[in-house]
Amino acid sequence: MSLELNKTEQGVVDGLSSDFSEDLIDVYQSCDHTYIRVEAENIIQILKFLKEKHHFIFLCDIIGTDRYTSDERFEVIYNIMNLRTQDRIFVKIRVEEENPHVPTATSLWTSAGWFEREIYDMYGVRFEGHPDHRRMYMPEDFEYFPLRKEFPLLGIPGSIELPNTTPDTE
Amino acid sequence: MKLTDINSKVDPKFFKEHQRGIYKSLEDKHTTIEEIDSEDPLNSKMVLNMGPQHPATHGVLRLILQLRGELIEKTKIDIGYLHRGVEKIAENKTYQEFMPYTDRMDYLSPYSNNVALCTAVEKLADVEVPERAQYIRMICCELARISSHLLWLGTMVMDAGAISFFIWTFREREKIYDIFDEVAGHRFTVSHSRIGGVANDLTDDAVARIKEFVEKFPQELKDWHKLLDRNRIFIDRNQDVGILKTENALDLGATGPVLRAAGYAVDQRIIKPYLKYDQVDFEVPTRMEGDNLARYFVRMEEMGESIKIIQQCFDKMPKGPIRTNNAKQAYPSKDEVYYSMEGMIHDFMMTDTGICPPAGKEVYHAVESPKGELGYFIQSDGTGHPWRLKVNAPSLRNLQVLEHILDGEMVADTVVIIGGIDPVMGEADK
Repeated sequence: MSLELNKTEQGVVDGLSSDFSEDLIDVYQSCDHTYIRVEAENIIQILKFLKEKHHFIFLCDIIGTDRYTSDERFEVIYNIMNLRTQDRIFVKIRVEEENPHVPTATSLWTSAGWFEREIYDMYGVRFEGHPDHRRMYMPEDFEYFPLRKEFPLLGIPGSIELPNTTPDTE
Repeated sequence: MKLTDINSKVDPKFFKEHQRGIYKSLEDKHTTIEEIDSEDPLNSKMVLNMGPQHPATHGVLRLILQLRGELIEKTKIDIGYLHRGVEKIAENKTYQEFMPYTDRMDYLSPYSNNVALCTAVEKLADVEVPERAQYIRMICCELARISSHLLWLGTMVMDAGAISFFIWTFREREKIYDIFDEVAGHRFTVSHSRIGGVANDLTDDAVARIKEFVEKFPQELKDWHKLLDRNRIFIDRNQDVGILKTENALDLGATGPVLRAAGYAVDQRIIKPYLKYDQVDFEVPTRMEGDNLARYFVRMEEMGESIKIIQQCFDKMPKGPIRTNNAKQAYPSKDEVYYSMEGMIHDFMMTDTGICPPAGKEVYHAVESPKGELGYFIQSDGTGHPWRLKVNAPSLRNLQVLEHILDGEMVADTVVIIGGIDPVMGEADK
């Protein structure tokens, strides 16, 4: 399928293929948006490059996905926006199932903090160097990661210690 | 004597690690609590837990404030008390089945959420939506925006000390509920939007009610402006409170009125028009100050703009079908279901498997909900339910801003600043 890139996206793809030619894996489009898949190791340098050279200064969201039976099980997708032309691109990296970890983007955007915590909470992908690496929704001693595909929809009985229903007698 | 181990002060009943983690992160950023400090003999430094169940936290939001006297040194926000695993549910339901769940996320403007999901799925599956349905959606979205801002206005002014205002905004909200009752058959959680269109057309009564509301509401708005814009108490409580500078707003990922009050006019209706927003004429209110008062002005002006949009929709709305005719993409009308075999078969099929977008396709679609950019990211695997559905929730993003703008404020202003951010915990916790 041929790509229909606008000026900003073309600039990004050209810039990445000259500066980060070894890291760039795939560029494709789906439903009006451009997705760029890169190697996970240099993701921070790539995001920094996009932020500083191509004005993608607004981080809208970070998305985690579970590809389950595929190799490189987890995917982390950065949803970033160029505020000069108001274009949006998605930068993707894939993470191994064993001990998944990604460098944190909090040095570039403070807003990455909660998004990364959310992915850690739901998929167990760790973000190296995150300043406040706690779970977000689930309790800290919860052993499972609920959005992984093998986690049952009904939950695991007894996995969460529920508060006492009778009042304290002390 | 300096107390280095903060944990000995804390005796949590359950989830010890979580509790310790929060206190630990407070401790790392700033000085620790000291048991007897020669500079602080009155022990004015303390960690104050606010919420999760407090009327001023607008839901189940817990704030852990490290105070020095009346000043907030550092804030940590603890959310997740309302976590229902909505994304997990979405991945196990068909697209249409998930619709009622979206109502319960930002429960102050359910219609915007319905439209956000519908437009994303329609983009994913290439569904054409008739023009009339798009105008009906626009009208209802703008009504939802007014209704959400009305609740914000009532509670925010109540947080600042005025009670009767709350009753007045609720009187107006009640009128919008009546309209939704007439339009969708429900007052609160409407689920009126369908993939491929809307559930039913506007009745004559509904049109009359909306027109009446649109006509009378600007006068109310004017009265409220008159009461608040130059009100000394209101201004003193809001001006220069919770200041968010433009560069910080961009760094912290603020969205919606919070971002626009900080001086950056990002509005999904303008930058990527969906429905028929490119056909109507409206402005995006923006302020430079970034304080709570600026957020107030932005939201008040947005309500006026919504009225303008609704009026234009009525002028432009054509007659015609309200749902796509393709039986593989949308529910057939009830007439077809009751009187034809094909209709019934398709009704079953839509309920059972629903619409099946092509495998491997991904979509991100964002609408401008009252709180800000509400985006749905969907990955399809070719079946009737999404492989991955991620909600980009504006309340979550704005709450992260709150964690930073509270630092250095007075503890008495906390309540007003939370009100100014206008979070909905159902959406933040997902």
